[in-house]
Amino acid sequence: MSPSADQEDDEDGFLGAQSGPEPDPRVSDSSREVPISRNGGNSSQEFLTMAVTQPQKIQESTGSSLVPNIYVTYLVVSHTNIPEYGGTEFSVRRRFRDFVTLADRLALAYRGYFIPPRPDKSIVESQVMQKQEFIEQRRVALEKYLSRLAAHPVLRKSEELRLFLQTNGKLPLQPSIDMASRMLDGAAKLPKQLFGDSSTVLAPQEASQPAKGGRDLIRIFKELRQSVTNDWGASKPPVVEEDKEFLEKKEKLQDLELELTEASQQAEALIKAQQEVGDVVGDLGLALIRIGKYESQEATGNAQKVHATDVKRLATAAVKVSRFYKEFNAESCKHLDHLHDYLGLMQSVHTAFSDRSSALLTLQTLMTDLSAMHARIEKLNASSSKTFGGDRSSNRKVEELNDSIKTAEKSRDKAQEEYERIKERNRSEIENYECDRQRDFFSMLKGFVQTQVTYNERIASVWSKAFEEAGSASV
Amino acid sequence: AGIPSSPNSPAPEQPFLSISVTDPVKLGNNVQAYISYRVSTKTNMQEYRGLEKIVIRRYSDFVWLHERLTERYKGIIIPPLPEKSAVEKFRFSAEFIEVRRRALDVFLNRIAAHPILRQSDDLKSFLQADEDSWVVEKSRTAEGVFKKKPSDFMQIFKDVQSKVTDVVLGKEKPLEETSEEYEKVKHYVTELEDHLGEAQKQSYRLVKRHSELGQALAEFGKSVKSLGGCETGLLGKAFGELGNRAELLSYKLQKQAQDLLMNFEEPLKEYVRTVQSIKAVLSDRAQAFRQQRELFEASKLKEINLEKLRVVRPDKVGEAEIDYRETKLQSDEANRRYEEIVKVMQQEMVRFQEEKTRDLGAVFHEFARGQAQLANDTAEAWKVLASQLDAWSHQSAGKAVESSA
Repeated sequence: MSPSADQEDDEDGFLGAQSGPEPDPRVSDSSREVPISRNGGNSSQEFLTMAVTQPQKIQESTGSSLVPNIYVTYLVVSHTNIPEYGGTEFSVRRRFRDFVTLADRLALAYRGYFIPPRPDKSIVESQVMQKQEFIEQRRVALEKYLSRLAAHPVLRKSEELRLFLQTNGKLPLQPSIDMASRMLDGAAKLPKQLFGDSSTVLAPQEASQPAKGGRDLIRIFKELRQSVTNDWGASKPPVVEEDKEFLEKKEKLQDLELELTEASQQAEALIKAQQEVGDVVGDLGLALIRIGKYESQEATGNAQKVHATDVKRLATAAVKVSRFYKEFNAESCKHLDHLHDYLGLMQSVHTAFSDRSSALLTLQTLMTDLSAMHARIEKLNASSSKTFGGDRSSNRKVEELNDSIKTAEKSRDKAQEEYERIKERNRSEIENYECDRQRDFFSMLKGFVQTQVTYNERIASVWSKAFEEAGSASV
Repeated sequence: AGIPSSPNSPAPEQPFLSISVTDPVKLGNNVQAYISYRVSTKTNMQEYRGLEKIVIRRYSDFVWLHERLTERYKGIIIPPLPEKSAVEKFRFSAEFIEVRRRALDVFLNRIAAHPILRQSDDLKSFLQADEDSWVVEKSRTAEGVFKKKPSDFMQIFKDVQSKVTDVVLGKEKPLEETSEEYEKVKHYVTELEDHLGEAQKQSYRLVKRHSELGQALAEFGKSVKSLGGCETGLLGKAFGELGNRAELLSYKLQKQAQDLLMNFEEPLKEYVRTVQSIKAVLSDRAQAFRQQRELFEASKLKEINLEKLRVVRPDKVGEAEIDYRETKLQSDEANRRYEEIVKVMQQEMVRFQEEKTRDLGAVFHEFARGQAQLANDTAEAWKVLASQLDAWSHQSAGKAVESSA
């Protein structure tokens, strides 16, 4: 591995694995499943604000490599009145990798919710990473990310976030292990799985989690087979996504995403064009200043002196207007940012919907498994009834199968629970999303338009003044 | 049906000469196609036959007039012509034709406003000659006209300016004036060229960026309307209205870009060209100075030789005396020409500065007014929408409260 591998975008759990108390991602605490509406309810009184500040370069030398490991930590300061936090103010140091861990753990534990996307990892060199501008951009992005988590009534109370914000020292969350190491892990177990009983029974808890990683290779293949079956309609899947309302909403959201993408682009282009007008007015102002000075010097008669003053006055006006344009654009940007934000949120929506699909797929796979087991029992019973006195080995097999069936049924039930849970989360999230979007978009429109009014009025008055105060140089 | 009078004509006063250039028409075909303009003259000047006259002229005819005036009236700042078009493609674009038409109108009216230039016979021919006599007139003078191209004047002026280079290269230094007044004028012209050039460059960018903002606003409006299509109820309506408003303002911006082009950029461009005319005058002056100097030196030399001859070879004196007197005459003539140019030029510079002060004052004044108007109109248009949005967002919030209760 190259020395730079251990930089900010290093996802390996090699360095960060930590033991300690942490929530078991495989068990969803259903006591936390209180559907919270965003309008009214106790969530409106709560607050949680965070600031990400004071980036610091940390240099740590690793024993083997010649190049020291350099990364950046940020101070994360939080204020809150949420009772679950057991305190009002916290301050910890975190690095980018910790944010990645937080995001991954939330994704695992809160399937079905619209989880705000975290800032991108950047595949850039360590030199670029240390540049002030990059660090500042990242700081802003991380702060925005945390504030979005805080705005989500369920996520803000998650243990993962709480631990992230409160626990000093190393982050007590195990980062999710990546595919590579999982493959290593799972490959060792593979022969057993392949040569053992072909219907590997899943522990019920594991059934509620998506098939990921080497340990679940078998399940991946099964689910793949199931999805292919579903696709080709060879057998009617036991559970079908029937929720018409959901499908309608999904389609509408897809349309929205298309339009949002275009609008977001055009908004950016608009701000840029506005900026360019402001810039050129400023440049014109500078040119007029020079002309005004020059005219002053060369002025021989009164008319020329008046003209020189007029030119200077116009120059001042132009420079003033160009300054207004800078503020104008910053304000406009702020409002139109809602478009970019909601576009970014689409990623979360996709993830939440695919969580639903994969939960459904898991359920379907388990149901198919179950019916296969029942079918097998049927066959064994049928063939053993032909043997007089019964078939001792086949009877034993039936007993074993019955046990397996009991376990499998429990798994299926868990999977069903998880699927229903995700469905409900999807539903409430969609509802809240609609509400939030209405509110935010209205606020965006009002803000954008009001900014246009305010600044155009200011700019008009600057030009008007220059026009009116001009001497008798007018025609 | 009267003759339309150009807005560029000076206010009618006795005597007046008012000209307008209108109705560009494309004539000829393919490679030989060109634009012809209608030139209408209204005048009460005695020298002109009749009160009104209409002729058809093309760009090369204007060039002829410009060359003739430059030849005849040394020292006078001849109003500039719009450029020949560099790119074939744009020669017949509506914008190019309109811009050129205006510039030609300004050209003729500036000549008409000039107390000396307006007396020109060539101007009379240009404004009055009918088709046949016009052709005759042009061929008669063709040789003289196309002998010297404007670039030649520039070259001479450049020679004058490259004193240092010549010394370095060991070339003979051309004679140049060193008076304070001359230096001052040269400096003034150089500075002016610099400043006006800068202002014109910015005005060009300003026009372009207004137009681009208009475009961006139109695209934005369109995308916002589509987005509104995904939304229901009042929010959808709000997006739709925003889109409409944006499209309306986009149109206003394009119009403003047009206005800026015609009333801000073009006048500045015309003054930049006028500075080139001034440089041509300076070049004429420099040439006259050199001629006068050379002839003066020559006549001085001949005078000295003459005195020598009186003593040494009295028989040659007669011839030498005639030669000397001729040279002395030429020298005096050259000196008169030079001093005339200097005098005229000084008057012209005063006139130029007064005109520039008036014209640019008006241009800048109108610029401020136009920008104020645009900003005001924009604010007004958005204001209407702002109050609508307020009402709708309250209604919409009210509905949300109702449904969650």
